[in-house]
Amino acid sequence: MKISFKKPKYIQMSSAAKIINKTEPNVPTGSWIKCTYCGQVIYKEDFNNNLFICHNCEKHYRMSAPDRLKLVVDKDSFDNMFTNLKTVNILDFKGYDAKIKGLQEKTALDEGVLTGTATINGIKVAIAVMDSRFLMGSMGHVVGEKITLITELATDESLPLVIFTASGGARMQEGIISLMQMAKTSAALKRHHDAGGLYVTVLTDPTSGGVTASFAMLGDIILSEPGAFIGFAGPRVIRDTIKQELPEGFQKAEFLLEHGFIDSIVPRVEMKHTLHKIFGLHHFI
Amino acid sequence: MKAWDRVIKARRTDRPTAYKYIESLCPDFIELHGDRQFKDDAAIIGGIGTIGGISVTIIGQEKGSKTKEKVKRNFGMSNPEGYRKSLRLMKQAEKFNRPIITIVDTTGAFCGIEAEERGQGEAIARNLFEMSNLKVPIISLIIGEGGSGGALALAVSDEVWMFENAIYSILSPEGFASILYKDGSLAPQAAEEMKITAHELKNLQIIESIIEEPFDGAHDSFDIIIGPLKYQLIDKLTELSNMDTSELLENRYNRYRKF
Repeated sequence: MKISFKKPKYIQMSSAAKIINKTEPNVPTGSWIKCTYCGQVIYKEDFNNNLFICHNCEKHYRMSAPDRLKLVVDKDSFDNMFTNLKTVNILDFKGYDAKIKGLQEKTALDEGVLTGTATINGIKVAIAVMDSRFLMGSMGHVVGEKITLITELATDESLPLVIFTASGGARMQEGIISLMQMAKTSAALKRHHDAGGLYVTVLTDPTSGGVTASFAMLGDIILSEPGAFIGFAGPRVIRDTIKQELPEGFQKAEFLLEHGFIDSIVPRVEMKHTLHKIFGLHHFI
Repeated sequence: MKAWDRVIKARRTDRPTAYKYIESLCPDFIELHGDRQFKDDAAIIGGIGTIGGISVTIIGQEKGSKTKEKVKRNFGMSNPEGYRKSLRLMKQAEKFNRPIITIVDTTGAFCGIEAEERGQGEAIARNLFEMSNLKVPIISLIIGEGGSGGALALAVSDEVWMFENAIYSILSPEGFASILYKDGSLAPQAAEEMKITAHELKNLQIIESIIEEPFDGAHDSFDIIIGPLKYQLIDKLTELSNMDTSELLENRYNRYRKF
């Protein structure tokens, strides 16, 4: 498993998609890292083996899409689909093409989401897993198209659909085209819904902006990882708007659970089992 | 005209607001309130009326005209209850086979603590989801600012018409500039780059039609605009109402599918 640790940094994004959060553990030197949440120094290998969770405080760090898939689906069952889409620089935004190319090389991903079919304890599913390493998992045309295609496939083949969200929101560099992805994905999900399809969303850290305001919050069942940031507007924008400090735990998964917007918080180690149980209850075998 | 000039016009405080269009298009308008769950959001004015004898549900994002009213309307920025009120009224329209007209004019969905507590993201998502195959014709008019998801939540429609000085964008030019150029004062440049004007969006097929604004803009020419606009709406609503529902919905799906 290849993991890259970045130095923690503040990420600033649009009013529709802003979060400020320390995301990755600190990497002082070599094989030791420091949890940014509780300060515990952890041996890197232990951290990796513990599913990227701090063993001291249970903080769930972000996972790449390939790592997430390994954790959730049966070994070698993932059929990676819709990989031939090209990211188009619709606004002719300077530096965007180079940025995409660089990210593709760095992450070995074609774009911010992996989509395809897989099995989870033998049950065939349509699955999408977003990756926040790719321009913060932001949704532009290709991400929207892949989500739509996998949803349409789930509808056509009567497969349950699972989407792991991880996104700063809509991709600014593609302008209004990114906004349209919100409508496009939601419309595909409505057809899946009307056909009686089961859609389970798993909200991971972070899920924000135009992704929260579209497919992320449309699951029949919405699960989340502990401590995940889930919101529409970013905390800084809210603070600037209302000129007040934000409540403790605001926009965390636990906050959403309390306010009635998610069904359950599921620790990472239990996710595969929980999904399998849900599919079984819906008579998928 | 430069994009930034359009932005300035779109944001003019004397620009006619949604209510002016609602009462002119549907003089017999009955306002209906509330989301039946929590509150009545004053940023949205919605209800029923007739236009050219056609019963419609008409819903607008209202910025308010005078200062006191603007505050009451939260400057046209909805909380979740506003989107839920809209959805309630739209589902009601579907029940009674009434076409829907929405009037979009907002800087965006309100970014407040309570808005998050009450599921602002979910409210917008739910509108996109449900509007995508509501079994009645929907026409949206962007009369001022189409502020991102907060606008889209009322604009998943069969046709979107934009006033020539209106803007429609993923985020404000100021936001775009401050994040991508690291300098919010470069908003005019961002406005050019982002493609947020009616003409640019027509080229991108985001909208079907541009409503011309004679003289200096709608604030100057409302009385010239309203008559033809009313007849265009009557024509289009009639055309869409005569369409087979499955064809209407297939077209609406493809309208967004193509992006």
